[in-house]
Amino acid sequence: MDLSLSDEQKQLQDAAERFVRDKYAFENRRKIAATDKGFLPENWAQMAELGWLGMSFREEDGGYGGGPIETMIVMEQFGKGLVLEPFLPTVVLGGGMIAAAGSAAQKEALLAPMIEGKKQFAFAWLERQSRYNLADVSLKAEKSGAGYTLSGHKGVVYNAASADDIIVLARTAGGAREEKGLTLFVVDGKAKGLTRRDYPTQDALRASELTFDKVSVGADAVLGKVDGAFPVVEDAVDRAIVALCAEATGCMDAINAATLEYIKTRKQFGVPIGKFQVLQHRMVDCFTNAQEARSMTLMATLKIDDKDPVVRRKAASGAKVQIGKSGKFCGQSAVQMHGGMGVTDELSVSHYFKRLTMIDLMFGNQQHHLTRYSNLAMAA
Amino acid sequence: MDLALKPEHKAFADEVRAFTRANLSPATREKTVSGKHYDRADHVVWQQALGKKGWLPYTWPKKYGGPGFDVTQRFLFENVLAEEGAPRIIPFGVKMVGPVIYTFGDDAQKERCLPGIRTSEVQWCQGYSEPGAGSDLASLRTRAVRDGDHYIVNGQKTWTSFAHWADWIFCLVRTDPDAKPQEGISFLLIDMKTPGVTVRPIIMVDGAHHVNDVFFDNVKVPAANLIGRENEGWTCAKFLLANERLGIAEVPASKRGVRSLWQLNDDPSLKEKIADVDLQVQALEMSELRALSTLQLGGAPGPEASILKVRGSEIQQRIAELAMEAVGEYAAPYQPDLLFRDTNETPIGPDHAAPAAPRYFNMRKTTIYGGSTEIQKNIVSKAILGL
Amino acid sequence: MDLAFTPEEQKFAGQVRAFVKANLPADVRDKVKNGKHLIRDDYMRWQQALGKKGWLVYTWPKKYGGPGFTPAERYIFENICAEEYAPGIIPFGTKMVGPVIYTFGSEEQKAKYLPPIRESTVWWCQGYSEPGSGSDLASLRTRAEKQGDHYIVNGSKTWNTMGHWADWIFCLVRTDPRAKPQEGISFLLIDMKTPGITVKPIIMMDGGHEVNEVFFDNVEVPVANLVGRENEGWTCAKFLLANERLGIAAVPQSKRGVEALKEIARAEQDNGKPLIENRSFAEKIADLEIQVTALEFTELRVLSQMAQGGQPGPEVSGLKIRGSEIQQRITELTMEAVGEYSAPYLPGLLWQGSNEEPVGPEYAHLAAPRYFNTRKTTIYGGSNEIQKGIISKMVLGL
Repeated sequence: MDLSLSDEQKQLQDAAERFVRDKYAFENRRKIAATDKGFLPENWAQMAELGWLGMSFREEDGGYGGGPIETMIVMEQFGKGLVLEPFLPTVVLGGGMIAAAGSAAQKEALLAPMIEGKKQFAFAWLERQSRYNLADVSLKAEKSGAGYTLSGHKGVVYNAASADDIIVLARTAGGAREEKGLTLFVVDGKAKGLTRRDYPTQDALRASELTFDKVSVGADAVLGKVDGAFPVVEDAVDRAIVALCAEATGCMDAINAATLEYIKTRKQFGVPIGKFQVLQHRMVDCFTNAQEARSMTLMATLKIDDKDPVVRRKAASGAKVQIGKSGKFCGQSAVQMHGGMGVTDELSVSHYFKRLTMIDLMFGNQQHHLTRYSNLAMAA
Repeated sequence: MDLALKPEHKAFADEVRAFTRANLSPATREKTVSGKHYDRADHVVWQQALGKKGWLPYTWPKKYGGPGFDVTQRFLFENVLAEEGAPRIIPFGVKMVGPVIYTFGDDAQKERCLPGIRTSEVQWCQGYSEPGAGSDLASLRTRAVRDGDHYIVNGQKTWTSFAHWADWIFCLVRTDPDAKPQEGISFLLIDMKTPGVTVRPIIMVDGAHHVNDVFFDNVKVPAANLIGRENEGWTCAKFLLANERLGIAEVPASKRGVRSLWQLNDDPSLKEKIADVDLQVQALEMSELRALSTLQLGGAPGPEASILKVRGSEIQQRIAELAMEAVGEYAAPYQPDLLFRDTNETPIGPDHAAPAAPRYFNMRKTTIYGGSTEIQKNIVSKAILGL
Repeated sequence: MDLAFTPEEQKFAGQVRAFVKANLPADVRDKVKNGKHLIRDDYMRWQQALGKKGWLVYTWPKKYGGPGFTPAERYIFENICAEEYAPGIIPFGTKMVGPVIYTFGSEEQKAKYLPPIRESTVWWCQGYSEPGSGSDLASLRTRAEKQGDHYIVNGSKTWNTMGHWADWIFCLVRTDPRAKPQEGISFLLIDMKTPGITVKPIIMMDGGHEVNEVFFDNVEVPVANLVGRENEGWTCAKFLLANERLGIAAVPQSKRGVEALKEIARAEQDNGKPLIENRSFAEKIADLEIQVTALEFTELRVLSQMAQGGQPGPEVSGLKIRGSEIQQRITELTMEAVGEYSAPYLPGLLWQGSNEEPVGPEYAHLAAPRYFNTRKTTIYGGSNEIQKGIISKMVLGL
């Protein structure tokens, strides 16, 4: 058992910290969010150059042999700066699923250019009725000739507008909500019959509603096994959850630091408001919540490669519960302690708060994962 | 970073488990499992067995007769003991006064006191709080006046756990009433058999007798029993409190508590509450491991330990609360004989019902003792956040 | 004691419901029902209808042109208006400055200002907080210096709600900078059209514009606009704050909010079933409903004390605390019900009333902005920390 970072990991942490400091000063982020794409291609190129897009992949897949710890390190810094580049959909989800299920040819055609920064991905799984059930998928992929035809709708697909390829979870067999009968397809973002409605999200990311009207793909578009995508998706989503948790710990550190600074300087009744014990204790609770979030994120990061899938799932759900709880507490408290200023668009607190709120909703909120954890623990 | 255990650590855990199974009395173990109260012998027999093996002062460095465990061994040792139903090690000797003596005491004091602590031949208790000095410990008024080779001690200590079982007490006493509150305090060791020491039980909300008032009426204490310098006892006091906070999180015992909660009830709402506290324990454990890992790298237990105490105590309370919730109305019958005495009385309701409410009541103390939650938050607010 | 309404009260309820159905413009009702943002004219049309009927100032005594409702009638009126999706009455005139004027103002002031408040022909806003004076209101620094028949006002006010729609503002100003903080403050009415007043929007975290900063640059205000005596404005301020806290609990709105939440939970799917059948979620709604009921009964107890001649006392702070927390909880659970479809941010639809199609159902895109926006409720009208300070001091004697 060893909980310290290696020298290389410390260097990575320093580099990510530097990146955020240089590129993501708060007013700068506002400008990046307002650009056409909602992120900066030059930042993406720099991430590729720094090796971040390939660091968590095995060397035989063209990566640099790192793993979840490396992902945790950069995601935490991204959280501190509210970084907008699509690392999660492209690298963690897209890259992760291709590395886990892709053929040699797919890895060559998709993963290699992604690592070089030349391809981006989006992951389309959610539908209007799905809520947090990954198997609640009705978009149909029907066999047609050598390939398939996809028809249906996908919602809140992050980074769809910038993605070169969209990885689509579709039903090839089975009834509603059946885990068997799901298949992943790699669909060209500009495929005929695919229409998008793009919009910004509450936390200044970009997402889209996608409509598939008889979109044709070849047999080589299938990622992994036909009808057998569920375990791949579940695992990839659990990994994405752990990465999101790391991002959330970074957000919490930043929002707590901003609040601490504010209550030390804002004066009312002739003293800094941080002299009042109610606020001191609430600030301590924020600090404690962030510590717990960090602990659970670390736990999940260290367990997400475990051989036992139940251990992995419990770890991801457990961390997500903590992040939901701590993120809400730190976010709401930060706004409250900032008073009116906390509710405005002007300061960074409200932006961290919005991101923390959306992180809770992604891939299952606190309640969903508490139920999932409880069911897994009971079954064990 | 890696959570996996090295082979030598796995072997160590096996050794601790085998030792515990061979040396822990089944009757004591049974009391742990069913939530009954221990008597003095339960603690002493077990601690002396650990003492013989050299494991009792498991947090001590080798230099003072500790086993010199690394962080992982320490973690495993605590966890295996809890899993096997061992009573917790009474901290007053091993975790409190022992480290104070080897850190601040002179060689004569080390020689005289440490062996009895290591073997658990001598039982200690703690004389800190007073009726007028609780959260504001530095306002304590028990007076020690120097008279030749002795101090004459007069005053009263309260909330003294296990004073009725103890051979010695370590006390904070006021040696300079004119100095600022923190500056006139000394750290004194007192033999409980000295004439003038009286112990009076305090009965707790669950009917149990753990704590006492201790009265000092012209008690003569040799000046050789002063630890560190006169009027510098506050340094020892703070050092001890920081150590106390570390162990007080009681993670292994809470893990055991959560495991038994999972067995209790199939109501899905309750299961989710159990899942929630289960996760809280995991977060606390990971936080403690992170703190220990810093210690390993040469740090000292800092004010962060306060957070572990706050969360650890809340979790202990939550576990007790859920255990009572699981029992439902059968928590109501009060069956003191089942709790405190060996009896053949048939329990009313399920076996685990009788201790549920008393335990819930009793656990309210955890957010009060060892520095209340409010005091811990003040410490964090000042020492970490700079407020 | 009796919870049942008398036949007269039932008859009154019928009248209120009939009136609302007949007079609430359908488009306004739809906006309220769908949680959309209202514009000035929406409020004005409804409030003027109420004004004509004499019900707009429903908390005022008969003597000043109020309907003289009993506590039961007041309760019925507020609840039916909320049930029928009437917009909340803007409090600045009717619940804030109106009572201050009829309690502390001169006869001329009553004659001049009360009728347009009763009829809703004038829009009022509030000038209390300043950038440096939030929770510590008495430290305010906006200065009013007397010069002949006028005061010259300089300074700035902030968190000024809907000031960009207002005709008049009531302000706390400092008239004696040498006195103790509370003792040098006066209560002044200022026409927003007076030269030297500038209104600057503050954009909130949901992207909306509802509050402003208001700047005063050598603004000339007639001395006749002073309410009460010079330097005794703090008395008016405290009186107003206690009144503000009462309505701020927003119980009828919260009851309506819980019903809307249930409707959304029936429409949303969870594993092929309506979300409302999800046990955990249903328990959260139940917990919320119980909180609303507890708040409602506490408010009824306070109203009943007032009917027996009492003034709203510091207990009212408790209503504000719980009321604001409940409002937040409703928005939190609504967002939870909507789930990931809370993420799309559609400012056009949200703020400009564009014809853009919503993503998912209409209620989805409103969920997160409302949750964000409602964080204000535990901050405004005296933050909950300040309210607890008041209870601790005034009720518990700590």
